[in-house]
Amino acid sequence: MEKGRKNNTGKADPALLTLVLLLAVFGLVILFSASSYNGRVRFHDTAYYFKKQLFATALGLAAMYAVSRIDYHLFVRTAPAAYLAAMIFSTLVLLVGREINGSKRWLDLGPLSFQPSEFAKVAVILFLAWQIGRTKSGTSGIWFMSRTMLTLLPIVGLVGSNNLSTAIIILGIGVLLIFVSNPRYLPFVGMGAAGAAFVAVFLAAESYRLERLAIWRNPEKYEKGFQTIQGLYAIGSGGLFGRGLGSSLQKLGFVPEAQNDMIFSIICEELGLTGAGILILIFGLLIWRLCVTAMHSRDLEGALVSAGIMGHMAIQVILNISVVTNTIPNTGITLPFISYGGTSVVFLLAEMGLALSVSSHRK
Amino acid sequence: MLAGLFGRLIYLMGFRSDYYYEKAEDLHERERDIKAARGEILDAKGKVLAANKTVCTISVIHSQIEEPEKVISLLSEKLGMEEENVRKKVEKVSSIERIRTNVEKETGDAIREAGLKGVKVDEDYKRYYPYGSLASRVLGFTGGDNQGIIGLEVEYEESLSGTPGKILTTTDARGIEIDEIGESRVEPVPGDNLRVSLDVNIQKYAQQAAAKVMEEKQAERVSILLMNPQNGEIYACVNVPEFDLNDPFTLNTGEDVSALSQEEEQDLLNQMWRNPCLNDTYEPGSTFKIITMSAGLEEGVVSLDDTFYCPGYKLVDDRRIHCANRRGHGSQTFVEGAENSCNPVFIEVGLRLGVDRYYKYFTQFGLMKKTGVDLPGEAGTIMHKKENMGNVELATVSFGQSFQITPIQLATTVSSLINGGKRITPHFGVSVESADGSYVKKIEYPAETGIVSEETSETVRYILEKVVSEGSGKNAGIEGYSIGGKTATSQTLPRSSNRYISSFLGFAPADDPQVLALCIIHDPQGVYYGGTIAAPVVRSIFENVLPYLGIQREKDAGEK
Repeated sequence: MEKGRKNNTGKADPALLTLVLLLAVFGLVILFSASSYNGRVRFHDTAYYFKKQLFATALGLAAMYAVSRIDYHLFVRTAPAAYLAAMIFSTLVLLVGREINGSKRWLDLGPLSFQPSEFAKVAVILFLAWQIGRTKSGTSGIWFMSRTMLTLLPIVGLVGSNNLSTAIIILGIGVLLIFVSNPRYLPFVGMGAAGAAFVAVFLAAESYRLERLAIWRNPEKYEKGFQTIQGLYAIGSGGLFGRGLGSSLQKLGFVPEAQNDMIFSIICEELGLTGAGILILIFGLLIWRLCVTAMHSRDLEGALVSAGIMGHMAIQVILNISVVTNTIPNTGITLPFISYGGTSVVFLLAEMGLALSVSSHRK
Repeated sequence: MLAGLFGRLIYLMGFRSDYYYEKAEDLHERERDIKAARGEILDAKGKVLAANKTVCTISVIHSQIEEPEKVISLLSEKLGMEEENVRKKVEKVSSIERIRTNVEKETGDAIREAGLKGVKVDEDYKRYYPYGSLASRVLGFTGGDNQGIIGLEVEYEESLSGTPGKILTTTDARGIEIDEIGESRVEPVPGDNLRVSLDVNIQKYAQQAAAKVMEEKQAERVSILLMNPQNGEIYACVNVPEFDLNDPFTLNTGEDVSALSQEEEQDLLNQMWRNPCLNDTYEPGSTFKIITMSAGLEEGVVSLDDTFYCPGYKLVDDRRIHCANRRGHGSQTFVEGAENSCNPVFIEVGLRLGVDRYYKYFTQFGLMKKTGVDLPGEAGTIMHKKENMGNVELATVSFGQSFQITPIQLATTVSSLINGGKRITPHFGVSVESADGSYVKKIEYPAETGIVSEETSETVRYILEKVVSEGSGKNAGIEGYSIGGKTATSQTLPRSSNRYISSFLGFAPADDPQVLALCIIHDPQGVYYGGTIAAPVVRSIFENVLPYLGIQREKDAGEK
């Protein structure tokens, strides 16, 4: 095996790269369209959000390139440090974080701000890959599974204290990776049941979450269903081919923060079922390529890293679209590559670099 | 899972698309109504009684105003409104605020030319009445939204109003219009025209005659009703003093309203807007003897040659009821009794009928129900309950006292008794016609036949002709015409106030009535006998109206 490894000599998966670039460009175009009204109204600059996102995307592409050129084993080896760093950042953000829209999620770093939860997701993927990769034997044991999950709890707790959605994603990635490393199915049925019970208790514990459920059932009856309703109006207005790029009316202050979580509704309104379908197809292809990368990976770490990234991508895309279409109750999850968010785009692209790195070390 | 979500999208964007699209559209679009042109009201000869003129509606769009102070001063100056009121509306945060409707076109144009941002001038229509006060209570007028307030304008609101159009503009969440999309218009559909039986010339002449007698007799008010007794078409409905339809919120008495509260002023206006011909009831007095006469003849309890003796009063139970002529009419036939308008004769006829039969005819003639005239607010008859009616009540009812009906009810009932027994529906509306003349819809009215026999009807016409040619109604006689009629003089309640209602009901030609007139003079000063003051009014009207309606003088009439 050692003999076969030629550092950086294998070719990164061109399909994966193409899909990522496509999404990055598509994301920028849509973001410009969705954010221009809010930019003009708030900052007298239609390109305000676009410029910031463009900068972040450029940074992210550079990071992706750099990461893809480096052997991913290096990152896996540094995973405990990254995991520790993620915990420190997450603690810091609780203490000195900047509050935007009522959520304390940002750390100021000079002129830039940084969202530790985005970093935490990557760190968790690497950390799990490291942990599982190290355990050469007995990954199917119930004790191993519990121990691995337990190591995630601190970060889930830290992130979850102010960003429930991201905590759910992290948990999801954890479950997926353990599932991948485990040949058995049965424990996961139990886990699923436990998870469902947990969700039920969790919902019942605080009434506002039950209210969310009520809003989800019938958004038009509640004032808080406003965002959901406006999103549905946007989606429904799209029809088969949409109003045309840039012609959304719902982005004109009707869908609050159209450039964020609800951006998919604007895509539907402007590009119609066709455009939305193509975007879903691209995400599907991306997830498929990540799956292929994982299966063709030369070693377990590579496979786990790819699988983690795939899981991350799938969970976020599915949850986001589900929320926007009011298929599940509202929770704040961004659409990868498309929603506004500098940290998110930088780390997503870096993650893709990681996947590209794995893909270039094929069997 | 992605496929599942795509399925959800297909559901939302395909099947529920219309629903959400419409909802979103409602949210984005701001509507401004375009008033529809209201249908005109035309008289029997096609003269326009109610027309439209172009006026403007001024509104402001808060988010588009750039110079609020300028807007406030311009609007308060041009519209003559309190600056404070204008300021309140201009500064109110709303998508569109209406400042004033029915602004003269010149004023609107001046405001538009000032070119201030955020001020909208929309043209629409306002009602205009070319004849001013003519038939004011019949035509009625419209309010700020061109909706009918009284009269035919209310009754035919649905036909006249048309369907308003819309100007739709798309706005963002703050209510700012998005220029690139532009506006879409839904054109208004103009209202249908209403053709009425009222004739401007007859109405004008009747109004002049009413005004003349009101002035001469210093009466409180005078009402005149002219109708076709064969089909119920009303030719004229006058209630002087009328009021100006183009300025319906100013009292016609010239009374100073500044000292009155708004409520008191509104009460006075409501009073002024009433149509006494159908909104108010009165004691008809001797004109009602026509009804007693018809009932008696129909039932056969009296015939033309029956003789009566009038000592100047009649004893009913223990009550002595006087005749208008206290010295008494002496011995007379039934026809002579009618000519003399002798109360004891009609009391006798009433008593012969008895309460049951009298009540039966009262109901059969249609007096217990409304006439169904096509104007709002018709008053019902105020009559004794049958079980409370004794001989004394019956006696007073027989000569038209102690109960109340509307003038239109009297005219309609008498019409039905003299036209051969067909109870007609009095009406103004003849047909509804589309503005472009593409369709004409005749308005049908119910008629009930057989309320008296043709024979009785003929006898009644004969007696009433005698009343005019030889009796108390001779002042209504015109050379060459056979005219039927009946006078009335009644004291209003309380009897001690010495206020009278003097009236005359006439029709011509007596053998085949084509026009029926009822003139009612309220509280005349000096001589108050109906035969003396009301009958000449009807004569002067007939002198002009009969030739106008093409009713020829009879050749042999001159020999009488």
